[in-house]
Amino acid sequence: MTDLNSQVAVTPPSSRRPDDAPIETTNRVRASDIIGPAVVFVLFIAFWYALSTRLLPEQKRFLLPTPHKVLKEGFFTWEAGEQRGLFPILKSMWSSIQVAVIGLIITIIIGTALATAMATRRWVERATWPYLVALQSAPILAMTPLIRALIDGVQTQRILVVVLIAFFPIVNNTLFGLLSVEKSQHELFTLHGASKWTRLTKLQFPAAMPNIFVGLRISAGLSVIGAVVGDFYFRQGGVVGIGAQIDIYRGRLWGSELIAAILLASAFGLVVFIVFGFLSKLAIGKWHTTTRGQ
Amino acid sequence: MAGALSFNNVGMTFPDGTRALGGATFDVNPGEFITVVGPSGCGKSTLLRIASNLETATEGICNVDRDSIGYVFQDATLLPWRTVAKNIELLAELHGVDKAERDERVRNVIDLVGLSGFEDKYPKQLSGGMKMRASLARSLVMKPRVFLFDEPFGALDEITRERLNDELLRLFQLEGFAGLFITHSISEAVYMSTKVLVMSSRPGRIVASFDVPFEYPRAHSLRYEPKFAELCGEVSTALRGALV
Repeated sequence: MTDLNSQVAVTPPSSRRPDDAPIETTNRVRASDIIGPAVVFVLFIAFWYALSTRLLPEQKRFLLPTPHKVLKEGFFTWEAGEQRGLFPILKSMWSSIQVAVIGLIITIIIGTALATAMATRRWVERATWPYLVALQSAPILAMTPLIRALIDGVQTQRILVVVLIAFFPIVNNTLFGLLSVEKSQHELFTLHGASKWTRLTKLQFPAAMPNIFVGLRISAGLSVIGAVVGDFYFRQGGVVGIGAQIDIYRGRLWGSELIAAILLASAFGLVVFIVFGFLSKLAIGKWHTTTRGQ
Repeated sequence: MAGALSFNNVGMTFPDGTRALGGATFDVNPGEFITVVGPSGCGKSTLLRIASNLETATEGICNVDRDSIGYVFQDATLLPWRTVAKNIELLAELHGVDKAERDERVRNVIDLVGLSGFEDKYPKQLSGGMKMRASLARSLVMKPRVFLFDEPFGALDEITRERLNDELLRLFQLEGFAGLFITHSISEAVYMSTKVLVMSSRPGRIVASFDVPFEYPRAHSLRYEPKFAELCGEVSTALRGALV
């Protein structure tokens, strides 16, 4: 028996290694991974200096302070008179983060449920698809006056904007993933009498995970945009979101705080992107292969 | 008495009017390994799809115990998110076999198909031959009495293919299932089977039948014996005739 097994071992150990190789290379950090971004960063800072000290007309330079001034006043001043310093920025940032996260969670729940219904019932897909496309192409900001008129509570209004903006990619990608299972895999499940539910949980959802994560990543980015943009239109009462804060800084001509707030809002978007990239790798990295032509 | 799998004048005409299969009649009994060879698109696969109820015949009757079918597809159809062991466990899971029993069966078949040490690998880490072994193992877990093979080794290189032929024959002797095997390769057909059926081009009909007299277990050296070559030649001639 052992003799037979060794005789029929199809893959010799040496040729097995290339199969494992892609996993190793993705984890190795190459010099170009660091040098490239570093060069671009230096160029960016240099351009910023040039812009704020030379390129901009003199009467506009106060809106774009030099990088070290932004660092000093926007990041290293904790709190100074009225709304200046880092603390008010962080406070409004926190408000926007909450809106984005709550909005995103609602989007994921409703979006996934809708995509599942669309994937399992053809009529649901037919009935809702045209309106999803319409929603995707509608300028959500044009609806803000209506939202403000119809819905009470700033928080609810802000979350609604996030959901409306982030909704489509989740539904679209989840649906695409659920419907992209190979025919032979479906037939395997048919042969063994799998119920619709089993098919969904053991075949379609796992197979759709790579697509679902693509949708998640896009929607998460959009939820940040939705939250920040929504802030511009919906602000009442004490705490305002980062978008509203940016607008206030612009109005008061506080360049350092303005730039610091913009940078932090962008950093938030970046963090969200990285977090979902990480989650995706955690969930599907082991089995899913992305290919890149040589 | 009909066999474990019996076709009685089974024919298939697709809704678009294409006649894929024109009246096939034969039985496959436990301990028999019947191979169907024929030109591409002659309806060989349709036979298996009817046997497994993936499609319903438009004529004739196909009798089979549907709860006891193993089906090996052209590609391994492993689920890429499951490890080898988890893939092999799948069908038992779908049939509601309890966990302890599943683990036991999976351990047994993994040894049987020579995948020990690969339990925790993902399909993307396996070679084509290894994937096919896993696919075989997955069906074996259910101890099928009727085993359908739809050109399972067609995509493999010749050496791997011959090794898997030997492996499958060993399993056939061990389990004594009724095997129905589809292939393009005449030597594979003769090497594996107790009987080779030749199908004509569309609409597929069985135009010739060859009993293969060689004793099991069959050794690799059989492939180079004159009587083996002679039988291959006869099948080949019948196949050429079927093409016209």
